[in-house]
Amino acid sequence: MAKTILAVDDSASMRQMLAFTLTDAGYEVVEAVDGEDALEKAKAKPMNLVLTDQNMPRMDGLDLVRALRRLPGYRTAPILILTTEAGEAIKSRGRAVGATGWLVKPFDPQRLLEVVHKVMG
Amino acid sequence: MTIDMTQFYQVFFEESAELLAEMERLLLALDAGAPQKEDLDAIFRTAHSIKGGGSTFGFSEITETAHVLETLLDRLRNGELSLSSEMTDVFLKAVDVIKMQLAGRQTGSSVDEAAVRDICTRLSTLGGREFNASPAAAVPVARRVAFGEGGERIVDPSPEKLFAILSAIEERPAEPAYGLFAESQAPGAQGQSPEPPAPSHPMRRASDAAGAAPARTGRRASDRADGERSSIRVSVEKVDQLINLVGELVITQAMLAEATSRLDAAVHQGLLNRMGQLERNTRALQESVMSIRMMPISFVFSRFPRVVRDLAAKLNKQVELKTVGEGTELDKGLIEKIADPLNHLVRNSLDHGIEPAEKRVAVGKDPKGTITLRAFHQGGSIVVEVADDGAGLNRAKILAKARERGFAVHEDMADKEVWQLIFEPGFSTADAVTDVSGRGVGMDVVRKNVRGMGGNVEIESRPGEGICISIRLPLTLAILDGMSIAVGKEIFIIPLTYIVESLQPAREDLSSVTGRGRLVHVRGEYLPVVPLREVFKIEAAHTDIHQGIMVIVESEGIKVALHVDELVGQHQVVIKSLETNYRKTRGISGATIMGDGKVALIMDVVALARGSYGPLLRAA
Amino acid sequence: MTQAALARVAIAPEAPVPAQGPREFLTFRLGEEEYGIEILKVQEIRGYEAVTAIANTPEFIKGVINLRGTIVPIVDMRIKFNLSSANYDQFTVVIILNVAERVVGMVVDSVSDVISLGSEQVRPAPSFAAGLDTEYIIGLGTIDERMLILVDIEKLMASRDMALLEVIAE
Repeated sequence: MAKTILAVDDSASMRQMLAFTLTDAGYEVVEAVDGEDALEKAKAKPMNLVLTDQNMPRMDGLDLVRALRRLPGYRTAPILILTTEAGEAIKSRGRAVGATGWLVKPFDPQRLLEVVHKVMG
Repeated sequence: MTIDMTQFYQVFFEESAELLAEMERLLLALDAGAPQKEDLDAIFRTAHSIKGGGSTFGFSEITETAHVLETLLDRLRNGELSLSSEMTDVFLKAVDVIKMQLAGRQTGSSVDEAAVRDICTRLSTLGGREFNASPAAAVPVARRVAFGEGGERIVDPSPEKLFAILSAIEERPAEPAYGLFAESQAPGAQGQSPEPPAPSHPMRRASDAAGAAPARTGRRASDRADGERSSIRVSVEKVDQLINLVGELVITQAMLAEATSRLDAAVHQGLLNRMGQLERNTRALQESVMSIRMMPISFVFSRFPRVVRDLAAKLNKQVELKTVGEGTELDKGLIEKIADPLNHLVRNSLDHGIEPAEKRVAVGKDPKGTITLRAFHQGGSIVVEVADDGAGLNRAKILAKARERGFAVHEDMADKEVWQLIFEPGFSTADAVTDVSGRGVGMDVVRKNVRGMGGNVEIESRPGEGICISIRLPLTLAILDGMSIAVGKEIFIIPLTYIVESLQPAREDLSSVTGRGRLVHVRGEYLPVVPLREVFKIEAAHTDIHQGIMVIVESEGIKVALHVDELVGQHQVVIKSLETNYRKTRGISGATIMGDGKVALIMDVVALARGSYGPLLRAA
Repeated sequence: MTQAALARVAIAPEAPVPAQGPREFLTFRLGEEEYGIEILKVQEIRGYEAVTAIANTPEFIKGVINLRGTIVPIVDMRIKFNLSSANYDQFTVVIILNVAERVVGMVVDSVSDVISLGSEQVRPAPSFAAGLDTEYIIGLGTIDERMLILVDIEKLMASRDMALLEVIAE
């Protein structure tokens, strides 16, 4: 069974790039346009990995991670934050809410897959 | 594995255009005195998204501008700076610059580098900081992608080159491009990952235990979320292919309906019932497929607050823009084409229609003029109006100008006919027109564009009170409601939107006027008779105009009576182009396929009405 | 027709010089003469059916038909070539052509067969007295006792002469 990845970004081009790359690598991809949308979708279907943008309307990436970690199915599932900031601030905040790791934007498809393989084993 | 990044460009371009439009809308709506935090956040996010996309897809110069803009917006939303109207102006200019940069990438149009630098400098100055082409590593990866190692600018980073740069970056230990927190905890997550992390089981058990109700609630919530937010991008070609296929289906259904209509209803009741069902389903399918191409006119209207704001400031006039009916939907193809004519009309209203404040006050008007953009459906058409409360057109001056230009005009002409004169080529290009009518250049182009969309333009004007220019367009370019009429053995379709009425005139209502052909007297008006058998060179049943039917049509303020043999019926017809395999033909705007499989031609009423007006317009 | 399409027609390459291998031609009759056109330009062959006439067009443009949902113009080559009899009976045939990115129907008296001509069977066209300008003739084909006039149908149909493509000036 193909593993499912939830890709969360308010940018359609970014979602397209994520979905294309991951689908091409054999994953099933569910797209969400912001944190709230992602939360609904994460509840409806178990995800093996969540990739989320940080800056989004309605619910941002950090809030999403916080909310997901409260769900029974997502206490340990890998969650990566995609961020344009590489500074310590986002890292410590990401760690605090329980994210698995971070990936600095921009990234190319190769880099994305490298990280995904690493966290999904 | 290599992935060609260029395949994602189109979505990025479309998305960025939408983001910029959104940013512009938000900026224009912003209250400079008391900006709302959530608006500032939303504006920030648009710049942020453009920056992110720009860097991902290797458009370094776009990332650069968006970054400078985003930095200032970030400080603004965090309360470090306060908004000034000067800032809003600079932000709007930055939007323009990014649009230009996008266009440069998308279409290869030229980019004014000086303007780019200028806006970056102005943005930085507003933030109280010096603009530096290679600022500190706020966006470290993007920055290095943008400027390479030695500050060398990579003008067109190919995916390969981009990747090479990114790989090089990866080797820098200082700032890893990704990382995992607490590696020691990670195995927990990794250990589970080969199997789904089991969220479904507890959830399912929970809902089983609690009965069906909670599960339903959950599903409803996610259904709603999907309905609100999920959409897919589909190429216009695919949609058009679908529309064409449905068009074929409608024709086939009409053929079946015609074939079965001769059957004995008592014997074939079941079949006929199902034919009725098929017809309803086909119509519903057609409607929903057509609706895919429909877009709200707000896509066009939304650009005008900016146009009005900028131009009013430049002309030193006080103008308020009102928009009504922004949700009115029309075909995507028309949306794209209506923008230019509307832009022209709005600019004309600003430039020549609305008077300067002191002049308005002098005649007892509000110093602030109003331009109203209004869209609404009427029958099978959509009407888009541009109205202003300015000076209106000057009849005497237009007539004088027309005489000077050699048009055959006379004092008894109806206002509507006089106003149409300003659309004549050669009439409105003269600079003196601003004097004459308050209407500037290019009205002939406006009318030409509108006619090209299968529509027409009408003017209502009252001196001192203002003007209203209405553009009437077909709802879509794919189907129309038509009246089929017979001339001899031929069947023609007249678009219903042009038909005023049909009648059999009494003998005494018909007269002939030397040099102007025959006229029919209808409700106090004398209308020229256009015998279709002559126009289309057909042997008609009724060569005597006292027999047969007169179909009164109106286009651009001109009414004429089309003389036909008989009315056959009303249909919704699928428009087929004659030009696909043949060519443009005078008096015909297209063709359709009737229920019996034969081709019927669709009449170009606008051209016919215009043609009947020969004496006046041929003089031009 | 768009400018771009016109330009495409204008720069369409000259009919290729008969290649080494044999070429296939569909042969048809117009009055006493037998013609051949490249089979690759032919989409299908149909019987003659009633057309919808279009006013103010040359007489040889009979009108348009509905070909499975597409509007296709029909030209009668017999009228175009001034052949005395242009009857429409059960033998009258319409050759549907695919030329210059368009679909056009051409009325002829009858269709004979498809023949294969090697380059040695094609002679250059003499200057011709018939209705057809040599400009549109690839050459004369001979097979047994028959003589075929080989027509560059794409060039002919795209020509100004046929009035099929250009836009009427308003």
